[in-house]
Amino acid sequence: MNSPTPIAARFTQLREAGQMAFMPFVTAGDPDLDTTLAVIGELGRRGVDLVEVGFPYSDPIADGPVIQASYQRALESGLTVDAIFDRIGELDRESTPPLVAMVSYAIVFRKGPEEFVSRASAAGFSGLIVPDLPGDEAAELSTIVTGGGLDLVQLVAPTTPPSRLDGILATASGFLYCISVAGTTGVREAVPTELAEQLSDLRSRTDLPLAVGFGISEADHVVSLKGIADGAIVGSALVRRLESIAVDGEDRAVVLDRAGEWLNGLVAAAHS
Amino acid sequence: MTSATSQVPDELGRFGPFGRRFVPETLMRALEELTDEYLRAKADPVFAEEFDHLLGSYVGRPSPLYFAERLTSEMGGAKIFLKREDLNHTGAHKINNTVGQLLLTRRMGKTRVIAETGAGQHGVATATACARFGLECVVYMGTEDIRRQQPNVHNMTLLGAEVRGVSSGSCTLRDAINEAMRDWMASVDTTHYVIGSVVGPHPFPMIVRDFQSVIGRETRRQCLETFERLPEVVVACVGGGSNAAGMFHPFVDDREVRLEGVEAGGRGSGVGENASPLSFGQPGVLHGSFSYVLQDGDGQTQDVHSVSAGLDYPGVGPEHSYWKDTGRVQYSNVVDDDALEAFGRLVRTEGIIPAVESSHAVAHACTVASGMEPDQVVVVCLSGRGDKDVAEVSRLIDESASR
Repeated sequence: MNSPTPIAARFTQLREAGQMAFMPFVTAGDPDLDTTLAVIGELGRRGVDLVEVGFPYSDPIADGPVIQASYQRALESGLTVDAIFDRIGELDRESTPPLVAMVSYAIVFRKGPEEFVSRASAAGFSGLIVPDLPGDEAAELSTIVTGGGLDLVQLVAPTTPPSRLDGILATASGFLYCISVAGTTGVREAVPTELAEQLSDLRSRTDLPLAVGFGISEADHVVSLKGIADGAIVGSALVRRLESIAVDGEDRAVVLDRAGEWLNGLVAAAHS
Repeated sequence: MTSATSQVPDELGRFGPFGRRFVPETLMRALEELTDEYLRAKADPVFAEEFDHLLGSYVGRPSPLYFAERLTSEMGGAKIFLKREDLNHTGAHKINNTVGQLLLTRRMGKTRVIAETGAGQHGVATATACARFGLECVVYMGTEDIRRQQPNVHNMTLLGAEVRGVSSGSCTLRDAINEAMRDWMASVDTTHYVIGSVVGPHPFPMIVRDFQSVIGRETRRQCLETFERLPEVVVACVGGGSNAAGMFHPFVDDREVRLEGVEAGGRGSGVGENASPLSFGQPGVLHGSFSYVLQDGDGQTQDVHSVSAGLDYPGVGPEHSYWKDTGRVQYSNVVDDDALEAFGRLVRTEGIIPAVESSHAVAHACTVASGMEPDQVVVVCLSGRGDKDVAEVSRLIDESASR
């Protein structure tokens, strides 16, 4: 038996403590990688459990307007995949939560799956989420990712029929990313109630931790997931709170501090 | 790769290694359901009958295969025939696909239709078919294209469609596709996405090709009726590649027929100067499908340029990538200036105003025909008429005259 991956270890630790994982998303290079490293540092200090690092892509069909705009800003500044790996590799491994790369298959394929996974691993990433690589196409990448000691996180949607679940679970590791509502990423009013049924069905099929994303922006949303999910993912709500650094040129420390205060409530809700 | 066959894609949507589905899980159920429903429709004689009836009575098919006699004598080589898709209702081949897709929408019981459009031809064809079937229609269009193609925006609105401007990225066709896919992810229970070309995830490249294949089937039959044999060469322009796929597919197994696809060469081979992924791109993933893409070393889609808004796209349908790699179709490109020259030549010799897209195919056909014998035959798919382009072409001709 292999030793558990950093992601698996973190979930085990949280499960034993009766806590949920809290996982925010940050766009790499918006508006520059210095900011990204500062944001990840701040997230670590606020006690988040994992950080998803979004690799900007020119044509992100799975993402809503907030994240797409952040990708566009990052790419306009000349960001490259190599630069992301180089700078992320500078982070202090001890104090940084496990990092998960959220990356389009267009990028992974172009760099070469083996090459991409080996660079990701060397830079300190613990896993990959490839949102446009459904279970049907994931077998090859799954072998490469897990072979490299990383996790390949798979997505389950509200529209996923039971007939697809076995195929998805066959290539999934680390945790399952459960999309709470159909559509793209973005902030929504409430966590839908139909979600509970799907989570309970998944629970009966797999031991993988279940993390819920798409539309979470308030501590109340996190609280409502208690007992039915193992983790909460916050994406565009944080990206939107950091926008003013890039868009208005607002002081980074001030914006990070304000976002950090907001994060405290969410982290506390997940760990309560 | 082994030689090409017409019996593609397989059940996973593969044309050789190309095609497949690279989309968020949220869309997978819809794509599976659409595949199943389409295969049922395809096997249903009533569906085929309805489609044929609409193609005849509404679209105006069969479109003529016209001998361009004065153009032929000016080029001094093989006989040039034009497959007149410009004479279809709404003035282009796009309506073949939208009529078929609307029949499919009705069959699936969906009440709302979305589409993307670049130059606006597919948007108009979708809005037209939606009016014909009484369904709600939303068309996504880049704000840059809205500016360049105002007459088509007015037409769509008049036909009852809502045109939604897309101001992300390059504000053109590829951004409109991104936005349409996003809409579809949130609305898939009630909405059918009528994609306009042989691109996107399986089953779209197959469905659009099948509906457009009426072009090649008619051409093949008309050739046999007119000169009792098949043509030596068939030429079509390739942006996403739907008119070319529809024209070529019925000829794929006729090994003696040379098939030539023509991409938009723009201003040349430099980055951002053309829209020729098969000439200058590499295999990659764009809009849910694996095919040739104009991309940088990170897989980011590159900017494209073409004088023709309808060819201004960084990707291409996966079946074209398959035909390229198997050698079944030869692909080349025609630069802006040569396409404009062919536009003028066809207007002058035949009294036909072609779409600037189709002018690329005409330019290449002229070159090919002039090196062939007078008893040989070259067929060009004249995919659309050029009314929409007249103002822009006049402006460009004035501009180049004053240079």
